[in-house]
Amino acid sequence: MTKYVIIGGSAGGIGAVEAIREVDPIGTLTVISEETVPQYSRPMISEYVSREATLDTMKYRGDQFWKNNNVQTLTGRTATKIDFTKKQVELDGGDKIDYEKLLIATGGKPFVPRMEGGEKGGVFTFTELSSAKGLESKLEQSKSAVVIGGGLIGVSASEALVKRGINVTLVELKDNILNLILDKTASDIAEKVLTEAGVTVITGQTVQRILGKKDNETAVGGVVMTDGTEIPCDLVVVAIGVIPRTELVKGTPVKVNRGIVVDRFMRTSIPDVYACGDVAEAHDFLINGNRLLPLWPLAHVGGRVAGYNMAGKKAEYEGGTIMSSLKYFDLPVIAVGNVNPEDSSDYDVLVELKPEQTVYKKILLKDNLIIGFIFLGDIEKAGILFRLLKNHVDVSEIKDRLLSDDFGIVTLPEQLRQEMFVVN
Amino acid sequence: MKRVSIKEEACIGCGLCQVYCTVEHSKSKDPIKAYLKEQPRPVSRVRVETNNPTSISIRCQQCKDTPCVTACLTGAMTLDKETGLVVHDAEKCIGCWTCIMVCPYGAIKPDSTGKIIAKCDLCPNLEVPACVANCPNEALVCEEVEQ
Repeated sequence: MTKYVIIGGSAGGIGAVEAIREVDPIGTLTVISEETVPQYSRPMISEYVSREATLDTMKYRGDQFWKNNNVQTLTGRTATKIDFTKKQVELDGGDKIDYEKLLIATGGKPFVPRMEGGEKGGVFTFTELSSAKGLESKLEQSKSAVVIGGGLIGVSASEALVKRGINVTLVELKDNILNLILDKTASDIAEKVLTEAGVTVITGQTVQRILGKKDNETAVGGVVMTDGTEIPCDLVVVAIGVIPRTELVKGTPVKVNRGIVVDRFMRTSIPDVYACGDVAEAHDFLINGNRLLPLWPLAHVGGRVAGYNMAGKKAEYEGGTIMSSLKYFDLPVIAVGNVNPEDSSDYDVLVELKPEQTVYKKILLKDNLIIGFIFLGDIEKAGILFRLLKNHVDVSEIKDRLLSDDFGIVTLPEQLRQEMFVVN
Repeated sequence: MKRVSIKEEACIGCGLCQVYCTVEHSKSKDPIKAYLKEQPRPVSRVRVETNNPTSISIRCQQCKDTPCVTACLTGAMTLDKETGLVVHDAEKCIGCWTCIMVCPYGAIKPDSTGKIIAKCDLCPNLEVPACVANCPNEALVCEEVEQ
């Protein structure tokens, strides 16, 4: 009986459990999780804070998930050390667990820069349920919040807070919100939607320090911006980004770049040790190399691939790339790949903008391959483009049709179309 | 498992599959009410595409590798191991559109509320899916295929 140990019980760990059990119903499976809540969908934290979801509805899998998969869960526990020679994981409290196959799916932790006043009550992050619960419990007695970081998490936090009647100021250091995934045109449209919903967006600046309240120095009372402006607020949400939780393998032979480096089978540089999700640097099919891509769906797929390989069924990770689908304040956007090239002269750029319908589409091509696209407002056929991008399909024959309203499967070259409908 | 296959050469692009799909997924099951009165407006889960002289009727192909299931953020999209079908749970869907991003057929779309997705469910209440039963040129065939 193989002994499987998984550190981390979120998207990646769950994917691995499902894959392992498809192949090996009898091996022993232990999942170590710091979270005290058994499992939940992390992207739904926004819905939880906005009260559109409850702890019950935000479960990622059914109530009996661990039991049905015959998993021993160690919740509220932290793995503190891995001995790769003895093949043992040490837990807080000193217990040791033997493994034959190990998956490190420890995820990422929110990056919180050192900031004067950062220790005051009312400063929260937005990627862990425990912090989000703390934030939620303060909302009844709060009027305003400053959200630091205009990326996916920051905008998501802003939306949730606005829906709870909080006055939100969103602060982004760069000139545009969502600048890692959108171009300027799409970012401007998103910013307009946010502004109309009541969010005050400040770009090109950040928060320099956090102030206390006049009658209570230990509670957040406001922030001071880079230009010296003071913004009064009751809450601060730090949403600058996540950093891989590689601390368990620090000083060990496991190869770490920015994250734990894994191959296409999610193997680390140490035999029988795998990694996936936000902690791992895995394959990106666009750059054809490894990259940190802290995205829920990729963590889950990576976990599945790791699980199959751990259980002895060969599976290859197709990889991911920068890929986001958004619906902030009901504005649907799908953005994939490289949409902001530094020098656009090397690229073909196809653009369609219909401001009156809030529709914007942009496709970037290089050597007749799609390397990035944004579909805003009209997203139904985004997946067709995603496939063309992912499979590096030469689109020279259909380039002039990609943005037409009647573009679809029918537009694809016949051979490609036939391949898609072969009964698999 | 059941699957709808498309005979490209027989499709005349009439769009009746869209009409019957919409009606089957309406509350009233009445075309006039479904198209004119019902709120939220029912949507077709199939899409007729035309590139003269070719036309085809696109819907969820119940992919074996289920990119939409593995990408789903909430667990709303699942693979029913018994039937081999990709099943969508509207209660768990938050309309994040991740499944739309990864569907190679573009066969998933936001429903008319813009809050959740809609996709082909092969008409669970019918013996033969509405689009297949009403295709005038038998361009759509519902068949049993191996899982």
